[in-house]
Amino acid sequence: MSSALSLSSVTPRSWQAVAALALLAGALFSGPLVTATPGYGIATVALIFILLLFAIQMDRFPPAIAATCLFIGAHGAVWALLHGLAGNEGTARISFFLLLAAAWVLAWRCVALLSSLRPAGKWARTALRLIIPAIFGAWILILWEAITRGAGIPFILLPPPSAIGARIANSLPILAADVRQTIFKAVIFGYVVGSGAGFLTAILADRVPFFRRGLLPIGNMVSALPIIGVAPIMVMWFGFDWQSKAAVVIIMTFFPMLVNTVAGLAASGHMERDLMRTYASGYWQTLFKLRLPAAAPFIFNALKINSTLALIGAIVAEFFGTPVVGMGFRISTEVGRMNIDMVWAEIAVAALAGSVFYGVVALFERAVTFWHPSVRGG
Amino acid sequence: MDSFRDKLIPVTSILVGIVVVWYVFAVILNTPFQRDLDRRANVTPGVVEFIGKTLAQPKPTLPAPHQVAVNFFENTFLRSVTSSRSLVYNAWVTLSSTLLGFAFGTALGIVIAVGIVHVTTLDRSLMPWIIASQTIPILAVAPMIIVVLAAIGITGLIPKALISTYLSFFPVAVGMVKGLRSPELTHLDLMHTYNASRAQTFWKLRVPASVPFLFTSMKVAVAASLVGAIVGELPTGAVAGIGAKLLAGAYYSQTIDIWSALVAGSVVAALLVMVVGIAGRLVDRAMGGRPA
Repeated sequence: MSSALSLSSVTPRSWQAVAALALLAGALFSGPLVTATPGYGIATVALIFILLLFAIQMDRFPPAIAATCLFIGAHGAVWALLHGLAGNEGTARISFFLLLAAAWVLAWRCVALLSSLRPAGKWARTALRLIIPAIFGAWILILWEAITRGAGIPFILLPPPSAIGARIANSLPILAADVRQTIFKAVIFGYVVGSGAGFLTAILADRVPFFRRGLLPIGNMVSALPIIGVAPIMVMWFGFDWQSKAAVVIIMTFFPMLVNTVAGLAASGHMERDLMRTYASGYWQTLFKLRLPAAAPFIFNALKINSTLALIGAIVAEFFGTPVVGMGFRISTEVGRMNIDMVWAEIAVAALAGSVFYGVVALFERAVTFWHPSVRGG
Repeated sequence: MDSFRDKLIPVTSILVGIVVVWYVFAVILNTPFQRDLDRRANVTPGVVEFIGKTLAQPKPTLPAPHQVAVNFFENTFLRSVTSSRSLVYNAWVTLSSTLLGFAFGTALGIVIAVGIVHVTTLDRSLMPWIIASQTIPILAVAPMIIVVLAAIGITGLIPKALISTYLSFFPVAVGMVKGLRSPELTHLDLMHTYNASRAQTFWKLRVPASVPFLFTSMKVAVAASLVGAIVGELPTGAVAGIGAKLLAGAYYSQTIDIWSALVAGSVVAALLVMVVGIAGRLVDRAMGGRPA
């Protein structure tokens, strides 16, 4: 192997590079890459070694250049590794995993270099803040893919991400119908009504101090209870369709909103309230011009908590009975039929929906509470 | 006396209000079915008798509070604790996986937080994912974890505990990162002037500063852990546990059983949060904390 010559002339600069070099040496001496070698010609193997050695060698250069080279080397090598795996699932030998580990260690070094960078430009900083977690997330998928396919883990146990992606692409109509049933009917309705009711109750509690003193300890206690357990009762009362799921979501989102809004309404300082009094403003004027804006961070915190709770509530409530559509229904039936890739597809969609939901609330928060230090500062 | 007037009276009166509203709704919701029964039996009871009947149905739409209380009392105190219908037994099954998952989750959360605070690479790459993972309805994964682990022969306590671990490590990790970073710059500078090593700074400054954060997030985590254990019992048709009681009640329309299982779950949750709170206060006192 031609690359063996250059192994001795490489001088590593970091512990990651030392580890990668050791792993490469191990891979070289532990025999053939895979037992059936059609995927791995000598050229592919040489390419992988050269890319990894190139990455280790370039580590000595200034961080920006080194990081770029490490990125190219590690990911190029992994791409070649995965590419050769097609059609040879489950045949990977120890050297395959050693090379995978070497590439992973180098990617770690790349991320370490990237996170030590302190670029001057605002855009560069933002890009860096996105790229670093993106590499981390990509490596979770890469390791998942390489290990499941390389070691030939049964499909039923854990399908590789590529299969899940293919499943998503193939069953878009079903997924869309499930999303429509669960999210656009149950979650959104329940979320709006539950949060709205919690908010109005908080205003009422604020008007009547006796009510507030009684309700707040109860609200705090209820938020620790497993409210999800009311799901079977709601299914009995409101039937199998989306109304029962919306009811569960309403109950789950009500209390966080209540507790947070009451806390938020107490957040404005005495000085500001006194100022409003000197302006001779009434209760409602003080509420709308001072206390609600001051409570906005608390209210948005509740909205963020509720965005996750609402999805959980709707999906879990569907385990207790649904019409034959919906994300929770699909998850529980496809598990029973051992279509694990469909379950993962549904989970991926749920995760995406949850993140988008949360992201929309967070964006809205930035637009509304633009004056708050946490938004101004970042 | 102040706490009596400011807290106890309002809380009690609202609780009494809830019970009254509950009774009213029990009568209203159970009326149609009772009227149906009476028409078939060809009886026309008086108003008081009719209301009494709506509150004593065997499978009511909304059981009255006293029905739930009686059922709860019977299944908690009058049954032997080894009986599968005993709520103590079912609560114990759920509690054991809750506690195991909570212990795993807390340990995992602390390890992750220590890693994030000390390794910049982890901070920049892992922390965004931890925050993002909170936006994911992770409970949806529960049935799959159970079934897949059952396929490779792992059943019983561990799969449920894993779901609890999943749910409880997020709050601990996030809270501990905040806690370990809570010492002010002047305190860190002081440690620096003492020529303290990283380990010394960690044990003598960061860890004590993070303890209040740890217990606050552990309260959230233990509640989440219980929810995880209950939901973990749903998809496989588990034979024992609070979740199993809920599911069985839903199958056989035993509404009173569902409600008393819910009460049992709530009692367990309240006890767990209380125990964590008391532990937090004891640790705080042992560390020399004074009431503010």
